[in-house]
Amino acid sequence: MNRRKFLKNSLLTVGSIMSVATLSIIPKRVFASWPKSSFDEKDLEKSIKSVYGHSDLTESSKVILKAPEIAENGAIVPINVKTKLKRVESIMVFVENNPQPLSSGYYLSSLAEPTIGTRIKMGKSSKVIAAVKSGNKVYSSSKEIKITIGGCGG
Amino acid sequence: MSTIKIRAKESKGIVTVKALIKHPMETGKRKNKKTGELIPPHYIQEVIGQANGKEVIKVYWGPAVSKNPYLTFKYKGEKGDKVELTWVDNKGNRDSKNQAAK
Repeated sequence: MNRRKFLKNSLLTVGSIMSVATLSIIPKRVFASWPKSSFDEKDLEKSIKSVYGHSDLTESSKVILKAPEIAENGAIVPINVKTKLKRVESIMVFVENNPQPLSSGYYLSSLAEPTIGTRIKMGKSSKVIAAVKSGNKVYSSSKEIKITIGGCGG
Repeated sequence: MSTIKIRAKESKGIVTVKALIKHPMETGKRKNKKTGELIPPHYIQEVIGQANGKEVIKVYWGPAVSKNPYLTFKYKGEKGDKVELTWVDNKGNRDSKNQAAK
């Protein structure tokens, strides 16, 4: 092989490696940025669809959503989600009656245990849905939370 | 002073991390009671939890997360792990803090 041919071939190889590398980087970048459209969505089903690409949630007793039945202060509602499911990719918390149903999302690495806790705001009484993605399926559990404002029993 | 309070405690190979972040978490829908003007949105969008430099959890928050947010998560780890938490808000402000797991 002469020098010119060698250079040409190696450039081609480098080029193809780079394009493969670029291709594999792009989806990660899209994934890594804050999902504005999912957070902006005002409808529960559309919001679920914008996160997963579909809205097929399978109710499962393996998803455990711990939250109060009655929360006196809608500004601070403690939410805990844990699951017995394996290989959990993400946990999402949706509040049906909030202006934007998606409240928060948690992407877990293989080091993480599938359990999270946080505190969210709720404008009024609503169904709260915890969704867990494991494998290619999304499992969920939901709970009605009643908000009483100022302790008047609303 | 840091905006983050973080605790990490190991038990039976699992480290439990609990964190409190000082942040207004303004939704952008609230009005200033005196002037009647809308208070612009100002909330944390991303929180990353790491252990010894490896990502454990990546959290996306919307404006519906409570003021001075609380976060807890667990991971497979050991005493002495360097647990680090970093947040970034919609204005590009950020803070991070690390803590050794006890």
